[in-house]
Order: sequence, then structure tokens, then C-alpha cells
Amino acid sequence: MRGSHLLSIADLSRLEVLEVLDTARELARITDGGIRKLPTLRGRTVVNLFFEDSTRTRLSFEAAAKRLSAEIINFSAKGSSVSKGESLKDTAQTLEAMGAELMIIRHSASGAALRLAESGWVKSHIVNAGDGMHEHPTQALLDAYSMREHFPEHDRDFSGLRVGIVGDILHSRVARSNVLLLTTLGAQVVLIAPPTLLPIAIDQWPVEVSYNLDSEIRSLDAIMMLRVQAERMKDAFFPSEREYARDYGLVGARLKELKESAIIMHPGPMNRGLEISAQSADCRQSVILEQVANGVLVRMAVLYLLMGGAPIPTGGMLI
Amino acid sequence: MNDSSFILKNVIHVDGTRVELEVRQGRVTRIANELAAELPVIEGKNYLLLPGLVDLHTHLREPGRESSETVLSGSQAAVKGGFTAISAMANTSPVADTAGVVEQVARLGREAGLCDVFPIGAVTVGLQGDRLAELSAMAHSAARVRIFSDDGHCVSDPLLMRRALEYVKSFGGIIAQHAEEPKLTVDAQMHEGSVSSRLGLKGWPAVAEEAIIARDILMAHYVGSRLHICHLTTKGGVELVRWAKSQGIAVSAEVTPHHLLLTDESVVSYDPVYKVNPPLRTQSDVLALREALADGTIDIVATDHAPHPSEAKDCEWSAAAFGMLGLETALSVVVETMIDTGLMNWQTLVNRMSTKPASIGGYLDHGSIAVGQAANFILVNPQERWTVDRSKLLSRSRNTPFHNLSLPATVMDTFFHGVHVLRAGELTGLKHE
Amino acid sequence: MGIVLDQSEIERSLKRIAHEIIERNHGLDSVILLGIPTRGVTMAHRIGALLGLIEKAVPVGTLDITMFRDDLRLRPPRALLPTQIPAGGLEGRDLVLVDDVLFSGRTIRAALDAIGELGRPNSVQLAVLIDRGHRKLPIRADYVGKNIPTNLRENVKVQLLEIDGNDRVEVSL
Repeated sequence: MRGSHLLSIADLSRLEVLEVLDTARELARITDGGIRKLPTLRGRTVVNLFFEDSTRTRLSFEAAAKRLSAEIINFSAKGSSVSKGESLKDTAQTLEAMGAELMIIRHSASGAALRLAESGWVKSHIVNAGDGMHEHPTQALLDAYSMREHFPEHDRDFSGLRVGIVGDILHSRVARSNVLLLTTLGAQVVLIAPPTLLPIAIDQWPVEVSYNLDSEIRSLDAIMMLRVQAERMKDAFFPSEREYARDYGLVGARLKELKESAIIMHPGPMNRGLEISAQSADCRQSVILEQVANGVLVRMAVLYLLMGGAPIPTGGMLI
Repeated sequence: MNDSSFILKNVIHVDGTRVELEVRQGRVTRIANELAAELPVIEGKNYLLLPGLVDLHTHLREPGRESSETVLSGSQAAVKGGFTAISAMANTSPVADTAGVVEQVARLGREAGLCDVFPIGAVTVGLQGDRLAELSAMAHSAARVRIFSDDGHCVSDPLLMRRALEYVKSFGGIIAQHAEEPKLTVDAQMHEGSVSSRLGLKGWPAVAEEAIIARDILMAHYVGSRLHICHLTTKGGVELVRWAKSQGIAVSAEVTPHHLLLTDESVVSYDPVYKVNPPLRTQSDVLALREALADGTIDIVATDHAPHPSEAKDCEWSAAAFGMLGLETALSVVVETMIDTGLMNWQTLVNRMSTKPASIGGYLDHGSIAVGQAANFILVNPQERWTVDRSKLLSRSRNTPFHNLSLPATVMDTFFHGVHVLRAGELTGLKHE
Repeated sequence: MGIVLDQSEIERSLKRIAHEIIERNHGLDSVILLGIPTRGVTMAHRIGALLGLIEKAVPVGTLDITMFRDDLRLRPPRALLPTQIPAGGLEGRDLVLVDDVLFSGRTIRAALDAIGELGRPNSVQLAVLIDRGHRKLPIRADYVGKNIPTNLRENVKVQLLEIDGNDRVEVSL
């Protein structure tokens, strides 16, 4: 991790990724053993700093913090002074003055988490919960965790697994984090999207690219459907929902083309009927709800690894 | 009154010869090898003697945003950077789209008395791109505006651009275009390429700049007018200008110091000090720009000096303002990128940073050192490196991308109409009245 | 001080502990062993095997107490070790916690906290190979392999065959 922050998957080595995933797995065992609440972060304060709506991610972090007995302060930009022009800097400094030691930040600006960590505005640990179109590292970690549980023979190495990420790659922080993480673990990644929804210079990413879902689907061990926002139509990324669903949705007969052993993933929230049919989302191969459960475990692991140990010395005393 | 009569001894001309200069009442009266010292003597310490630098592109923020810069503080920064003439872009508040505003800016420049401040007039009313501003009124005002630009915005409407190019012919004006097709750059944050795709920042394709350059070159040729292209940044843009010049089309182009040195890789820090319009491009663009400046395809260096208050940069990337300071670092960055790399010599530098911009802008008192000319010149110590310290800049703002960077060549002295406004790197407090 | 227990002494201690567990609990019907990683787990398995030989097999589990420690902030974050609660849980059982060395008592306090979250055993007992004194909490062991008075600067190192390649306990400065 970068200093005492989780900002980008690009900052994690393979071993650090495995450390997070292993920690999450042990937390799962403790939880499964019946311990619902751990005293680990008792008396410590965590802030959910959400400048963008995301109920699921916020609740997931909140559950993780609570299960570690941390105090959690929820800040959401809606109806707050941010709409009156208060800046990220002022908001973060205010919350730190209230005792925050770790900030989970969700922001529409790419790079906001890194900026918060490195600008010197605050001393807190920073966890990136999604920054613009850049990254969403805990989502990628929980996705990897979910895949690992389904492919035990690939426990420490995803070599030989072929993962398709389908849809709006261009605007997706989930895709960026997953490409970094999956390739770090050795998986083969194929991005499947219309050319308008792929970034320029995609040829420099360590992935395969395809415009054709039907020609790829049989080869995939995991298929990750990305949410497609209908308002993209306005900017001429694709002509209509119907055409998008027909070419790139996991809909209709396409589901039957998947390998028996393949799993279906979606970071949520889903647009049923657009990128994924109800049948696909609810079928035996879907692990979408497991992803949600695993999200809490992975986020607990991240909070523990960042806050659980000795503070990074900043010239002060060890408490 | 300041005593602007003196003899300047022991300075080195850019051709390598040692010269002495006699200045009386702000004009160069004699240039010789050795002069009798009947006037006060200023010792030149074997520094390099250059005509004062000329900048066709600055933002001085006055009127309207005086907390970022004023005509006075901008003039101070200019003098420190070796400029004796600067041009103030029109995007002030109110916009410099009337004779009244350009005259105000010109007057503030005269009152500052440190260098010539030439206002640039807006092409369209309020920079809105809807209808032409009163270009003729500005041209015939006391400010005698010759360059018109909506800089910050592109005159993207092709018909409006055609009319503007045609209209300024009657008084020898020139349109300086900020080449950016707005439809291709909605919410754009940085150069579109491998770095933007990695960082998840909305990209600014090179083609958005090049499409306008191509269109306007053809249009200028068609209507027989002069076109100046502001801050050219792409390899493709260079090729278009090169082609236009080979066809004899009256186009000139500028490049900023920062585009000669920095690339989009700087943006990986998400530090908005690197946020600028047009954006930092790739290394191959940088190399093409340097080559084009050396061979004259790009005519001049212009700073696009764009001061911003700290809160406009001390924030997340997308909330930050576009722009960088340039006046105080321009010469050193050009020396670093063009002379120290062997691409250009000092004579060519003088052409690109003084003679040619003075000629494009019609700034008759600038661009050369000759008997009878206004004594606008500077002394540079090419041996002395310095480290940029943003806290020590004379600009009111701090948004230099070169903070802590060690650069070659130090401007030691600036003379404006013979007034020694900068001595040994320090403002003297003297001014031209 | 050097070696304070050798292989045969360790074996003898564990056998005695096994016998004491049977005696104290009037049989093994309700007994369950929970080893604290790392060496406590090895010991728990050995004691479990001995109980199996002497009388009958009992459930053996592991309990990592890292997340319950009160001294987490004194060291970098540690990797979590396995937790494996035997099927059937702890409810109503006579639970024997097994660890290698009893020192300040903080580890055991953390274990008691963890057990509190897991259920309500009938009783909780503690078996350790070495009790080196210097308790900072009101905690004592029910079964002790050997009491070794130490000073605070001394280091007690338990080595077990399964992990370290040999069985011995050393005290060093």
C-alpha cells in the first residue's frame, strides 16, 4: 500500500494483495465461527467521506467499521456545505478536527483520494472508495476474493483464468482497478465493449480487447458485467438500450454459451434488462450476492491492515 | 525624472563580440568597442546583452481578479523575467472587448512604468463567441490594439472566425486563435492518451486542436488575412503550420515554455499545478515543438502566464483552474530546452523571444538593439543556474510548475527606455514615466 | 540459562496435563480444546492425541486472538492466523485453552474476550507449557508444564517438533 493508504491497486504488490485477501479469509472464519463483532478498532474513528451517492459502498464500509468496533461518522455531500462551495480540503480538515483517523473517500474527481493523501491537508489514513473514472480498489479486491473462493486451484495464482470485463470500460473505475489487480494475480483479462466505450490507447493496457461478446463468451472463466448508464446514449456512445443489450448484454440465449464452471459477476447496482437479464443475475452461476458479502470482509481487512497496527511515526510518540 | 543616460560597458553581444553602449534619454545613441566615459558608467560584467524579451500572451487579471495578479505585479514579474513588452489577454472582468477596457489596461501599464503593456482585444463580445466585439474601436483607441483573441475560448464558429479574419484587414490587425474544438473537449482535463486512460481523466484529443488549426489556416488563406495560432502543442499542429508556411499562407504560431519542457506524465501526481489549457502533451509532441521552434515553423515563444490564487490549485484536479505562471521562468526554460540541448543558439533565441514577437505585434520600440532605438534591453548571466522558489516570485500567484527545479541562465538587469528597472536581479523601484 | 525443558520433559509435561484434564473434568464428555496459534495449536493437538490414547478423542480447534489484542498499536499489523471452531460450538462445554507460554496474561484476556463473543461455555480452563510469571492481569493457569521464574529481560523460546524441527524450551537473554 502507498504509505498508510489504499489509493490505487497500482500501489499493491502481489504479496500485498494476497495479504489483504488472506486477512479477509481469516476474518471470514472468525465470523463464521460465530464472532460477529471484534474489538480491534474500539475507540478509533473512521469517516465515510462521500461526495458522490453510493449507498452500497457506504453501507459496506460502515458495516466493516462497525464489526471492528470503530466509531463511524458518515459525511455525505448532499445537503451539506459542499453544495455551498466548501472544498474537499476544508471538509476533510473539519472532519479530522472531529477526531477522524481514517477517511474513506468517494469523489467524482479522479485522483481525489491521492490528492487528499499527498497534499498535506490531513494526516489521516485514506481509503479510496472510488475516485471519478480512476479506481475503486476495494471493489477489485472483493472481486478477486470472490473469484478465489470459486477457483480454489487458483488460490495464490490466477494464471490460466480468463476473465471478461464487459461494458463501459471508458468510464469505469471498477474496470481500471480490476485490470490492475487481475493481471497482478496472473489472470488473462479480455475487455469487451463497443469501440466508443473503450479508452484511447487501450492497446497499451496489459489486456486483450474485443468488440464481440459472442466470440469471447465461451472462453471465459468469469464474466464481469459493468453497469451501463442510460444517459451515455445522449453523448452518442451507443444508439439505443435495445441495441446495446443485444450486442453486449448478458441476456437471452447468451447465458447458455457460458462454461458450466464460469461465474457471473456484477459490481452493482444492476440495470436488469440492459447489461444483464434477470435470469442471468439470479442463476446458479451468479455470485453477485457473494460479492456483496465479501465486500464487507475485504473492507474489514483493509481497515485492520491500515489502522490495526502501530501508527506510522510522524515525529510524535507511540500511543 | 530618472536618469536614463549612461554608458554600458563590458557586455557580450549574442554574436560573441564585446560591445559598449551609449544611452541618452532612453535611446541607444552609440554602439562601439570603446566609448569615452562622459556619462555615468554601468559595468556589464561580461553578461550577455539581449534586446528585451517580448511576450504576446499573458493574463494579467486586471481588471477583475486583482488578487491573482495586477498589471503592476505582472509587470514586475515580466521585468524580473527579462521582458520589456508584454501583451495582456482579454479575458478580464469586465472582458477587454471595448475601447474603454483596453485603454484602462494600457493606462495601468503606463502607470506601472516597468515595461510596455499592450492590451489584446476580445474577438467576440464577452468572449461568448456570438458576435464580433468592436474591433475597429479598440484598434483606433489610445491603446492601439492590433492583436485580437478570445484566448481561453476558441472562436469555434467558422463563420464568425471568417468575418473576424476579414474585418481586421482594414487596420492591419491579427487574430490570435485559441485552437480548441469545444465539442471534442467537453469537461476535458488533460491530454487524451495512454496517461489519461490510466488516470481516468477525461481526455483532450490532439485532433481537437489540430482540426481548428487546419480550418483556420485554410480560412486565413481564403480571405487573405493574418492568423496567429496561440500555444501550439501538438506534433500534428506543427505539421499543419509547416505546410501552411510552405504554401505562403500568412500564419504565425507560438509555443509556451511549459509545453517545451513538461509532458502529460506530470499529471500522474494529480497535482493541479500541471493543469493547463491546452494540456501538457506527450514526449513526442515536446520534441516536435522544439524542432519546430528551432527551424522557425513555430515563430515565437509566448508564456501564457496565467496566475491563479492558491485555492484554485490547492484542491482536487477537476475542481482546479487551468493555467501556469510563466514570465519569471520563460527564458531559463527556453535555454534549458533549446540552447542546452544544442537545438538553437542565442541569436535564434533572441529572434524567437524578442525580434519576431515584436514584429508580429507591431511593437516598434522592441525586438532589437540599434542606434536610434528605444533602450529596451536586458543582461543575462548564462552561467548562473538558479532554483525556482515559488515563494520568491514577484507574481501575486504561486502556480509555477517549476518549483524547486534548477534552471540555467539568470536575468540580471532589465532596462526599459533606458531606465534600470531591474539591477542584479532585484527591482530598483525606478520606473519610466 | 539455556535449555530448561528437553524433549522427554516436554512429553512428560503434556502427559501429566492430559491426565489432570481428565481428572479435573471427571472424564472428557464435555471437554473441548482450543489452541492459540501458533504453538498452542500444536500443543492442543498433542494433548488431544494423548487424551485419545488415554481415554477418548475430544474436539480440537484453534482460536486466533490477534483481533482481540489490546496492544495492537505497539507493532505493525500482524497477519491473521487460522481460527477453527469445532462443529457444535462452545455452548455448555468445558473449554481448555492451550498456549505455550503464560506471561502478562494479555493473550489470555484477549482469548476470553473472543470466547465471550463465541458463546457460553460451562467453564474455561487454561493449559500452558511454561508459566514464566510477571502477570499484569488476574489470570492463572489450571495446568502448567513447568513454572520458570524469569526476569523481564529474559526471553523464553518454546520449540516444537512440528514447527521448529525439535522439542525444547530455552531461556536466553
